[in-house]
Amino acid sequence: MSLNRRDIENIAHLARLALSEAEIPLYVEGLSRILALVAELDAADTSQVEPMAHPLPGQRARLRPDIVTGADERALLQRNAPQVEAGLYLVPRVIE
Amino acid sequence: MSALHLKTVAELASQLAARAVSSVELTRAFLARIEQHQAVSNAFITVTRDAALAEAARADARLAAGQGGPLTGVPIAHKDIFCTSGVRTTCGSRMLSEFVSPYDATVVARLRAAGVVMLGKTNMDEFAMGSSNETSYFGAVRNPWDTTRVPGGSSGGSAVAVAARLAPAATATDTGGSIRQPAALCGVTGIKPTYGRVSRFGMIAFASSLDQGGLITVDAEDAALLLRAIAGFDERDSTSVDLPVPDYAAALDQPLKGLKVGLLREFFDRGLDPQVEATTRAAIEVLRAQGAALREVSLPNLPLSVPTYYVVAPAECSSNLARFDGVRYGHRCENPLDLLDLYRRSRGEGFGPEVKRRIMTGTYVLSAGYFDAFYLKAQRVRQLISGDFTRAFQEVDVLVGPTTPTAAFELGAKTSDPVTMYLNDIYTIGANLAGLPAMSVPCGFAAGLPVGLQLIGPHFAEGRLLQVAYRYQRETDWHRRAPPGFA
Repeated sequence: MSLNRRDIENIAHLARLALSEAEIPLYVEGLSRILALVAELDAADTSQVEPMAHPLPGQRARLRPDIVTGADERALLQRNAPQVEAGLYLVPRVIE
Repeated sequence: MSALHLKTVAELASQLAARAVSSVELTRAFLARIEQHQAVSNAFITVTRDAALAEAARADARLAAGQGGPLTGVPIAHKDIFCTSGVRTTCGSRMLSEFVSPYDATVVARLRAAGVVMLGKTNMDEFAMGSSNETSYFGAVRNPWDTTRVPGGSSGGSAVAVAARLAPAATATDTGGSIRQPAALCGVTGIKPTYGRVSRFGMIAFASSLDQGGLITVDAEDAALLLRAIAGFDERDSTSVDLPVPDYAAALDQPLKGLKVGLLREFFDRGLDPQVEATTRAAIEVLRAQGAALREVSLPNLPLSVPTYYVVAPAECSSNLARFDGVRYGHRCENPLDLLDLYRRSRGEGFGPEVKRRIMTGTYVLSAGYFDAFYLKAQRVRQLISGDFTRAFQEVDVLVGPTTPTAAFELGAKTSDPVTMYLNDIYTIGANLAGLPAMSVPCGFAAGLPVGLQLIGPHFAEGRLLQVAYRYQRETDWHRRAPPGFA
């Protein structure tokens, strides 16, 4: 399976990745090669097989009660934010 | 008596307990070695000198007061994928190059509580995506056995830190071979535990159904001691398994007589370097000489591991890495025009080429119209591979084979074609897809470069793998060899 330039631009848009003009042909080629590798899966007969949902048989992800457990650490967590003001994360204006 | 840096964790711990050496002395010795070899090895992203010396002084005080535990005062390094409170945690990426974690990963917290001293954070492939440690934003790591060659990845910094004796042990993670492959290429011991055995809390996520934390050490005894400290239930990881943690070290020395060992036929197939094959087969003979019963075992679906992985892992990666939005933490572009521009440019600038390639592969296989054909198909094949392992373990106790198809390759040799690089992990990915514990053990050299013997066991059979590795290492000394330029 081979991808073209438009496919890569569309995938990059869905993934919210800005690509430079020079990067696009590299991903056209790289992803096409990966999909050729993945096409080997077609050889396996999986008509009677359920998709694997967990790496350990019979296990499921555990749920916990929906209650607040942690302390309020907003100031600590926001130390890593690129831009904050009055405890709020700043982003470009969304609604005009 | 050999120099301190050539000793194992167990040997250092007994010297600390006997007060023959102090933790501050040990920590200084390893910090000096890190400094001496950093320019060539590039094994570390961050060295936490001052904090390490302060932790060492506290450990010495505890030891002096008779309050030390089995690991108190032992210095180790952490892969820079584990969050460390107050210390930069980069995951090898520009995206997190200035991220200071507000909390400790559970693995880090447990070792800290055991009195272990952190020397620093080791280099790695960006977001653990790579098999050569060449995708790190902080530059490639060099193999101490031949500095023109790669150390393997993604835990290349941890493997080199232990191989070059810059740290007696290091934490690491394994999603498709990222502990075992670099351990093999650097001549050290690596263990990837069963999925769910070690908490993933605070371990930056790549592919959540495959990621597992573990260790790189000099030998199996050290792996046993440290695994006991980091393993066990953690309510903060929803896939953590609530089973007691055995005393792995206590069971190491049981004889191998009667052990049923399966040779993985598919691992001795085309593509295996003849010298690596000969070295691996000689190692398996050492197990036979100790009374293990060998038989060949076939896992017919195993050759589909690599294509299965390159659907499942990128799919999970594209979902996990969606959190990097340039808003709450991580890299943010200059002067965004609008919110979409902020997302696109922050991510485009913050991620390197391999990470972008995997995010896009994952986005594609999960996109409308392709989900069934790619993602569900891969999860069905994953079920077949897992079933092959289940059947094999009805006949044998442990599966053995080479860890990698070749010894360490040259820097830059495989960076132009992603698929060529991905095929390095052809023997390691199966254990991740099936959630199984696996190890790599140094078993000799091919043209002067280390070779690893891989052991794979049933779920939660870490103790059995450690026992086999220990008994093998009792008969051999490959694991005690240090690279000449770093001895």
